[in-house]
Order: sequence, then C-alpha cells, then structure tokens
Amino acid sequence: MLPVRIIPCLDVRDGRVVKGVKFRGLTDQGDPAALARAYEEQGADEVVVLDVTATPEGRGTRLDTVAAVRARLSVPLTVGGGIGGIEDAAALLEAGADKVAVNTAALWRPALLTDLAARFGSQCVVASIDALGSGGVRGGGGRPGDSGYEVVVRSGTERVARDAVAWARDAVERGAGEILLTSIDRDGTRSGYELVLLRAVRSVVHVPIVASGGADSPEHMADAVRAGADAVLAASIFHQGNWTVEGVKAALAGLGVSVRPGYSAAGQTARAGEGAA
Amino acid sequence: MSGRARAVTVVRTSTANLASVLTGFERLGCTVRTTADPGEVAAADRLVLPGVGAFAAARRAIASHGLEDALRERIQRGHPTLGICLGMQLMARGSEEAPGVAGLGVLDGVVGSYESGGGWRVPQMGWNLVTPAEGCEIVPRGYAYFANSYRLTAAPGEWLPIWCEYAGRFLAAVERGPVVGCQFHPELSGDYGKALLMRWLEA
Repeated sequence: MLPVRIIPCLDVRDGRVVKGVKFRGLTDQGDPAALARAYEEQGADEVVVLDVTATPEGRGTRLDTVAAVRARLSVPLTVGGGIGGIEDAAALLEAGADKVAVNTAALWRPALLTDLAARFGSQCVVASIDALGSGGVRGGGGRPGDSGYEVVVRSGTERVARDAVAWARDAVERGAGEILLTSIDRDGTRSGYELVLLRAVRSVVHVPIVASGGADSPEHMADAVRAGADAVLAASIFHQGNWTVEGVKAALAGLGVSVRPGYSAAGQTARAGEGAA
Repeated sequence: MSGRARAVTVVRTSTANLASVLTGFERLGCTVRTTADPGEVAAADRLVLPGVGAFAAARRAIASHGLEDALRERIQRGHPTLGICLGMQLMARGSEEAPGVAGLGVLDGVVGSYESGGGWRVPQMGWNLVTPAEGCEIVPRGYAYFANSYRLTAAPGEWLPIWCEYAGRFLAAVERGPVVGCQFHPELSGDYGKALLMRWLEA
C-alpha cells in the first residue's frame, strides 16, 4: 500500500474560503491560494477545492481561483462543484486542476464519466458521492442495491433513489479512477468517518477511495484507513488550527499508519514517519 | 536557478491540461513556451514531453503533427528531454493499453498494466518511494507522486533505472545523461519534484 494521503479541503465561494478559518499566521485567512500553499508546506499530499458558487457568473471566478491555487501549489489539485459537462471539466483542467470531482451531473448522465475518462484518462476522473444512511440493512453484505446508504445531492437535501454502494461500483465501471466518498450523516459532526459505508464501498471497487466527512482526529483517520480508505479528507480540523497536517502525520505514524515523510534538500527522505505499510 | 533564466519548451499536441507542468517550471524561474512544431521540437534547448490520457490518442497526436522524427532524434542524440508519465511510456516500443500501436521505440520495452487484486488499487494514485540505481544523476531518492494504470517493468540496457514497488517492481523513471523519462509527475511532487527538475535544468 502507498502512504495514506492527507488531503485538506477548501470550500470556496466566489473566490474565498467559506468554512470558518481561524488559521493563525496568514495575512489573508480566506485566500484559497495562500491556504493551499500553507497546507503544502505542512505536508499535504494533495489539495481539494470544492467550489460552492451557485451563480453562473461565478464560474469565471472559479477558473481564476483554480489558476491562482495552481500557481502556488506543487502537489496534486482536485477540483469539484458544479461540473455540468465535459466542457466545464476541460476548462478546470486547463486552468490547473489535475483531477475533476463530478457529482450530480454524473448521476443524471453516467456516460459523462466514460467521456471524461476517454478524453483525459481515468486518473483524472473522480466520482464524488454524497451518501446518507437510509436506515436499511447496513454493511453492504445484504441484498444487492440495498446497502443501507443512499445517494443524496444538493448538500444532502435531495434524495435521488439510488443506492450509494451500487452507484460507486457503477461509477468505476463507467470510468471513474477514484471515489470521493462523503458521509452526509457525519459531515461536520466530528464523530469520525462512516466506517461501515467505507467498508461496503471498498468491497466493490478496486480504485482508490478518499474518505470524507466527520474527521476530528488522527485516530479517526487511522480507522478510515483500516476500513479501506486510501486517502482522508478533512476541512475544519485544519482550518480551525486544531491540527496541522504535519501533526496529523506524526500522530498517524505513531498509530502504525504509513505516511509520506518530508523531502530534505540533502537528497534523502527523512526517516521519521515511515511507518508500517 | 543562480540568477539564470532557463528556456523550456513543452510539447502541446492536444487539449491535455498542461497548467501543472507550465507553472512548475515557471516557479523555478524558467521561461516556458509550448509548441507542436517539428522544427521547434528539434531545436529546443530543453524539451518536455508531457502526457495524460490514452496511449493511442497521444501517439496519434504526435504523428499528426509530424513530431516523431524530431523526438526520436533528439533523444538518441542525448539532447535534454524530459518525458512525463504517458510521455515516458510513449518512448517505449508499445503498450498493452493499445496493442498494435507503435511507440517512439527509443526505450526498449513494452508498457504493461497493473493487475488489481491483493489490495493493490488501480490506478496507482499517490506517493511512492523511488530508488535510483547507482550512477543516476538527475532522479533522487524520495517520494514522488504517481497517477498511472500502466508501467514498464524491465530496465532497458542503455538507460539507468530508477525503481519503485507497486504490485511488484516497476520502472519509476529512466535516465541517460540529460534524457529522462518519469512515470511519476515531478511537477506534482512538491519539494522532491522541484529538486529533480532543478537537476534536469542544470544537466
């Protein structure tokens, strides 16, 4: 296995980071490019920008934001939010995204994933799935199509009558090279990732899974890795200064989770943090 | 960069996103231009052949712009050239991804696919430790960022290998003087990648 990727997530609206940011030591706390750069310096393995700008005129701003982040960031950048079709994705990639996270549009038109993979390669295409526990038979081991988790859209407010685990499998078959799996039940609760959902999706897809929603500690992240996550996404714990990426990585290494050590100019990687595989 | 700006030419044959490559070199103080012209490819001081997407489509794009001879010649003559990801794979004889489609053939080997199973995710997506063979001067030891489903596994004789492990040993990179092929993305590999690109710019 590769070292688990630690991925800070920036929720951006009209060019500004909108979740509560109490990050000390930055002159402009809400600037996505400055935050992305700071997280890279802390050791972030990748950065996700989720644009929640609702208006059509905001789309130009979104491209400017992506270009500004790209100019400062030398680790991978995934961009999601409001991607309606292949031209939206192409514009984001051209502006500097390395991967695009597609959500609602792929649900309505799953062939979009196939088209994107054919044009840009599967490694560019992330299926972003927001899942909500539906109170059914949980665990993914029950009847097909009834994992106990359903897909929701519009920040979890709208149901679409689709099983989340079945959709994950379908999305991969259609061309997604990664799953960004967000538990709406856990999002913002700081109660840990939804492990049952993670295990269920892990059992049906061979692509990497990014766990999202609920992180409050390195212990939560270690749990997610053991449940099958290849990467862990978090926003509030980093923005509010509870944890640095560096601190999270040191704690994870102490828990036996392999993380990427920093690179030293001497030409050798630091040994600290090279934990068990 | 010791105060000297370097000129870097990046091959642009399609709509593939190049922003990471362009900004990566710009951050190092380089002046960067893109081209799909055979004369410019042949004459460039330092040439980057990037690549995302499918082997066959990228190979067709190279052919449709008439770049094959210019690329082959500069690689065989040892002019500074950096192939990134699919750009490295295109240097091989061919790929299992596109049976029957010939690569540039300057790297003796056929690109194969990872097989998922045993807990290995495909694509390989993330940071992996690369280890250069003795004598490598450009690719350092360290963690590099990969996003790939295909790779080369055998070292072609006249190239120095840089190894990596993922569901078995594979070629993370190769180098022969200032000609380098990287399966990973130096432009997305943070400080490690910057160190590599600086060495290539000085080679």
